[in-house]
Amino acid sequence: MSLSRAFVAVIRRDLILALRRRSEIANPLLFFILVITLFPLGIGAQPHLLQAIAPGIIWVSALLAAMLSLDSLFRSDFDDGSLEQILLSPHPTSVLVLAKIIAHWLVTGLPLLVVAPLLAVFLGLPNHSLGILLLTLLLGTPVLSLIGAIGVALTVGLRRGGMILSLLVLPLYVPVLIFAGNAVQMAGSGLPVDAQINILISILLMALVLAPLPVAAALKMSIN
Amino acid sequence: MQTQSTYSLEGAGLSCIRDDRVLFEDLAFELVSGQVLLLEGKNGSGKTSLLRILCGFREPDTGDILWCGDAVKDSPFYAQMAYVGHLDGIKKELTVLENLKMSLALSSSGQYSIHEALAKVHLAGYDDILVQALSAGQKRRLSLARLLITENVLWILDEPFTSLDKQGIALIETLMTEHCANGGMIVLTSHHDIDLHDVDVRRINLS
Repeated sequence: MSLSRAFVAVIRRDLILALRRRSEIANPLLFFILVITLFPLGIGAQPHLLQAIAPGIIWVSALLAAMLSLDSLFRSDFDDGSLEQILLSPHPTSVLVLAKIIAHWLVTGLPLLVVAPLLAVFLGLPNHSLGILLLTLLLGTPVLSLIGAIGVALTVGLRRGGMILSLLVLPLYVPVLIFAGNAVQMAGSGLPVDAQINILISILLMALVLAPLPVAAALKMSIN
Repeated sequence: MQTQSTYSLEGAGLSCIRDDRVLFEDLAFELVSGQVLLLEGKNGSGKTSLLRILCGFREPDTGDILWCGDAVKDSPFYAQMAYVGHLDGIKKELTVLENLKMSLALSSSGQYSIHEALAKVHLAGYDDILVQALSAGQKRRLSLARLLITENVLWILDEPFTSLDKQGIALIETLMTEHCANGGMIVLTSHHDIDLHDVDVRRINLS
């Protein structure tokens, strides 16, 4: 009965499940790509405007794509009773929940990182800010999954929790949006971005340590 | 499973109020190794609520549950119990083997290996079949196989005979008898009259 084995088993199981129902990976990614490709069409032939707002577009799209994917985090486990079994496990729920969140990020957050460079070029983002864009996505998207998990855990017991979920979670996403968007913007103008990156790192570390606890508690409430 | 030591599950002064309706009040019971507690009562009388209180999914409105004399929170209760509820708790996109491996990873290994357990519930050879291809009765037997592969003393079963045929029911009854003979204990709800030989069955009628 080792905790690390359970941790790895949960991640493995969720990855296999995601591979077998591919829409879970495809949906947020497709949404991310579609929104970003629609902006140049809507704005028209104004490359400078597009370039100026590119960091914002990419980050807002990433944020909405993350929101869209949140519900799948606990929904199917809640519906088929797997969540009950996870809660009954003698292992600490918060650790098992962290494994689920990590798997969720690997499935929904990581693919955004892979396509982001292509879309950034598409929007005319300067090449030298590409690295910073990827770094902010690498630090920021896990935070979206971690904070989002708290909202999902609170609303998974409600049949129509979608609206409440966005109201709960979006305000908490704002700091990530501000610092990440700002970092990419600054990097584009050749300014130092250490402060923003440090703040993003600290937000990530805090979320990593603190988020699983309320998620575990909220799931216990939801299951009742 | 330890045959030598005995375990006990005790409930005292339990009550459950749901939507301003009192489901049961001042309920007390005691169960020791080798015994079965059968909860009876009409629909909506609080059988499932009581099971969920025992599992810790719900807090009782009053009263305490003790495992071997200690409050559930301060005892290794969760390492020694297993629950099969209305929901099977198995993933239909995973194979039979993957599902059982997952249950095993969440708990510690028990009396039987996965293959022995599958043979016992008549699912041998189904290892690599996706669960969505199984019938309702087979799914139920799979979720009951979980009880055999993990280490546990207390089984909490909510309507374990749902969607099982006569053979399936007899099979589960045999497994339950064996479990009690090995020093285990069972709390269950059932509409089906259970037929267990040489087992001390206690009954609580909630209605």
